[in-house]
Order: sequence, then C-alpha cells, then structure tokens
Amino acid sequence: MILQVNNLRSKSIAVCLLPLLWLFVDIAFDNLGANPIQALHIRLGDWSLRFLCLTLAITPIQAITKWRGMADYRQLLGLYAFFYATLHLLAYLLVDHALVWRMVGIDIIESPYIWFGILAYIIVFLLALTSPKWAKKRMGKNWKKLHRYIYMAAVAGIIHYFWQLKGNLAEPLFYSIIVFLLLSFRVLVWVKNRQLSKMMIPRGQRALSLVDEQDVMPEAIRKRR
Amino acid sequence: MIIKTTKDIPASEITDPLIFKERRKIIKAMLATVFSGVGIAPALANNHNPAWATLPKSDFSTDLLTPTPAELIKNYTNYYEFAFNKQDSTSLAQKLRTDPWSIEISGEVEKPGNYYLEDILRQQTLQEHIYRFRCVEAWSMVVPWVGFSLGNLLKTVKPLSTANFVKFTAVHQPEIMPRQHNNAMLEWPYVEGLRIDEAMHPLTILAVGMYGDVLPKQNGAPLRLVVPWKYGFKSIKAIVKIELLKRPPITSWSQFAPDEYGFYSNVNPAVAHPRWSQNSERQLGSSFFTSRRQTELFNGYGEQVASLYRDMDLRHFF
Repeated sequence: MILQVNNLRSKSIAVCLLPLLWLFVDIAFDNLGANPIQALHIRLGDWSLRFLCLTLAITPIQAITKWRGMADYRQLLGLYAFFYATLHLLAYLLVDHALVWRMVGIDIIESPYIWFGILAYIIVFLLALTSPKWAKKRMGKNWKKLHRYIYMAAVAGIIHYFWQLKGNLAEPLFYSIIVFLLLSFRVLVWVKNRQLSKMMIPRGQRALSLVDEQDVMPEAIRKRR
Repeated sequence: MIIKTTKDIPASEITDPLIFKERRKIIKAMLATVFSGVGIAPALANNHNPAWATLPKSDFSTDLLTPTPAELIKNYTNYYEFAFNKQDSTSLAQKLRTDPWSIEISGEVEKPGNYYLEDILRQQTLQEHIYRFRCVEAWSMVVPWVGFSLGNLLKTVKPLSTANFVKFTAVHQPEIMPRQHNNAMLEWPYVEGLRIDEAMHPLTILAVGMYGDVLPKQNGAPLRLVVPWKYGFKSIKAIVKIELLKRPPITSWSQFAPDEYGFYSNVNPAVAHPRWSQNSERQLGSSFFTSRRQTELFNGYGEQVASLYRDMDLRHFF
C-alpha cells in the first residue's frame, strides 16, 4: 500500500514536470511564435497560476469526495506553483532583460502590473520556504495564518495577468472564475461551521449568552446617546 | 522637402536576423523539411513574383535598418475587428474582401470624392520605406513598407485652410469581422486621426505593400496608414474614408480608455502607459538572453518630427 502511494507520488512529481518538458520541445522546434520571449512569460506564468488553482482545489475536493490523504499532494502542487513562478521570474530577468538591471529597475518602477506579480511571488516564496514538515511544527498556529495568504497570492497573480492586457481577457477571466469558486467554497464552509458551532452550544449556555447579548445591547445604545 | 536622416541606427542595435534564421534552419533541417534559405530581403518570394520587384528607397530608409523577417511581421499583428489575439486575427483576416477598394476623401477639401485605389496608385509614386514600428505593447519591428506620401495624396484634393485635422476610418464588414458583429470593446468602425501637419509630414505614408509585395490582409491590406514615430495603433489598417476636419476627431482607443491612449500617442520612453513602462521594447526576431532595446523618443525620428511638438508638454499631450 505504502509502496503504491509512493509510486503515485513520484509519478505526480514527474507529471508536474511535463509542462516544462513541453516548453523545451516548443523552444527547440521554434513553436513559440513571432515573439517567443513573450510566449515564454505567458506559458510559465500560466502554469504557475494553474498549479496555484490546483493547490487551492485540494481542500474542496477532499471535503466533497471525503478522500483523505490528499494533503501531501497539496504541498506538492503548491511547490510546483512556486517552481513555475520562479522560472517565470528568472525568464523575465535573464531571458528577457539579460540582467540589464537599469532597464529592469525602470520597468518594475513604471509597471504597476509587475507589482502584483512581485507580491504574489513573495507570498509563494514564503510559503515554499515554510513548507517542510519541521517548519510547520515549529511555527505552530502561525503556519496556518501564513499559509492563508495563498488566496492573496492567487488574486494578485490574476491581477498581474489582467493588468497588462489591452484585449483578450478570456484567459485571466477563466482563472478569476476558478479562484472565485474555490474561495466561495471556503466562505460557505466557514459560514456553515459558524452556524454549526452556534448550534453546538448547550441550551442553557445559549440562553445565557443571549442574556449576555441583551445586557450588552442597551449599554451600547446608552453609550451612543 | 528633403529632410536628411543624420542619425542612423547603429548596426549593433539591430537584432541579427541571421541568428534567428540559423536556428530556424537547423530545426527545419532536423525535421527534414525543405526550407528555402531566406535572404534578408524578399522573404515572401516563394512561389509568385512580388508585385513591386525593385522600388526606389525613400529618403528615410537607411541600409542600417535590417528588416524583421517577413514571417514574423505577418504573424504578429493586432486586428481587433477579427479577434483579440494575434493568432486568430491573422487567420480570420484572410476573409477580408479587398477588391475592389475605393476611398472616400471628404470634409474641408476643394475636391471631395470617391477614389478607386488603383486610380490613386496610378497617380502616386511608390517607394520602399524601411521604418521602425513600435507597438504600445512594448514590442517593435522594422518593416520595409511599400507606400506613398499621404501629404502628396492630400495635396491632390486641395485641403482648405480650415482643415486642421485628418480623420481616418477603417473598413466596416461586420458579417466577416466577429468583434464588429458583437460590438465588442471598441466603437466600430475603427477611427484614427492626425493633426494636419503630422499628416503632411514626409515621413507619414499610406502603405499598400511590404517586402516588395502587396500587404498581407492581417497587416492592413489593401491600404493602411504608417506613422513611424507614433505607437502602432495610430497606423490604422484597411482605410475606407479620409476626412479633413476643423476639429480633432475622437479616435477609437482614446475613446475607449482616454487616460491610457492619447490622441498624439507619440513614442516616448519617458511617458509610461498607466499600467506598464514604455522605457524599453522587445524587438521581434531577437534571441533569448539578449537585452531589450532602449526605446527612443519619437521612435528615433526626433530629428524629423520633434519640431512639430515644440513648446508642447509631451506628458500632458501623450
């Protein structure tokens, strides 16, 4: 059983590298079109966003299918989002700008769409940095807090995509819908949990808490006056 | 009027198309497909004879500007009437009907009328104009246009002294142009405009071809404007109407996003687009790990056109 899972895991690791292999093939066969550097940016950025969406999709899938044991894959997919984002950044610096720092500097300062890309990258960088199990243990409650920023990374990534386009908004719109659905799932779960926890409070205490609330209310009104 | 181009473009700045072609060659050889070794000039002279085999070069064409390979020019162009991405618009544009083609010239002129393109071409002198082309999306290329001076054409219809602006209107064929059909994004048909002195400037041309042959449809066939010191969207494609006006026309992109695209839209590295920098550009045909090109004020045509904008705040009139 364990062997099988490990096998599946190593297979997943390999599958996630296929987009990169595909990219290399397209570079070698000159299939990236008239502006291959632009195409390279879009390809790498796209895959980073896709892996980010997949990472966010794990929890809902787990909840719906009740299939546990996907948490490992969430980490794997998240790391791949970071991996492709890193390649995206390196392509920008090396392939596109050939490390001419003055041009890079002006480009970043004058291009607000890049600021969102940088924000998204800083977040996924920190998440990747704290992804090992020992880091999770050491950080305790803060780990979850930090890793919630993945939502912000996804939204910033999409703005980064949207904000540089003149037309053709279909692709970023697609990601927006996906991320919106994934986020609304979380909101639904949160709302449901809240309702559940309210109902979980024993009757006597509930009555007490209602009394407490009633007590507080007139006080607040008094203060306002 | 002869305006000397004193500031040539150093050869080192130009992407070596040979690198590009070498790479292509090796790959094509690997695929064992027949690849005609394309020289620098007539890259599209494959099967048929080009429309204009040899043409005199305009005063502004320098041998130091190496044209971008035709295949790249033909496959990287915006045509929003057809699609919002370059691949689809190129294939869809092949449906455009360009024959016969007439142009209405009207407004503040002595001799308004409808003119057939072939009649106009009989009157005008065609030349090869090797110009830089800089898109607002921060990419650039060098195109060997075939065209004639817009000013010369306008002179034949005798502009009145009240003609201060020129409005250009592009073709309206919603039945074959999906984005026109859906009324998507811009107000259709596409409209562009120039100040009369910009229109009369000898650098400003109407192009009917490139690389010695008729314009590919996606590149603006059968007749397009080329204003090399302005961002590419000013160079309107498939023109059907030219009006001389007292007041400035409302142009398509400027109407769509007035804070992003101004009426002038002169190439200027110091004035960023609100969302991205215009300081540098990616030249089509340049290889990986090569730096971008530093964008020049007026796209390198400052010597010829800077005087048109004397005493103007270019940041305000962007």
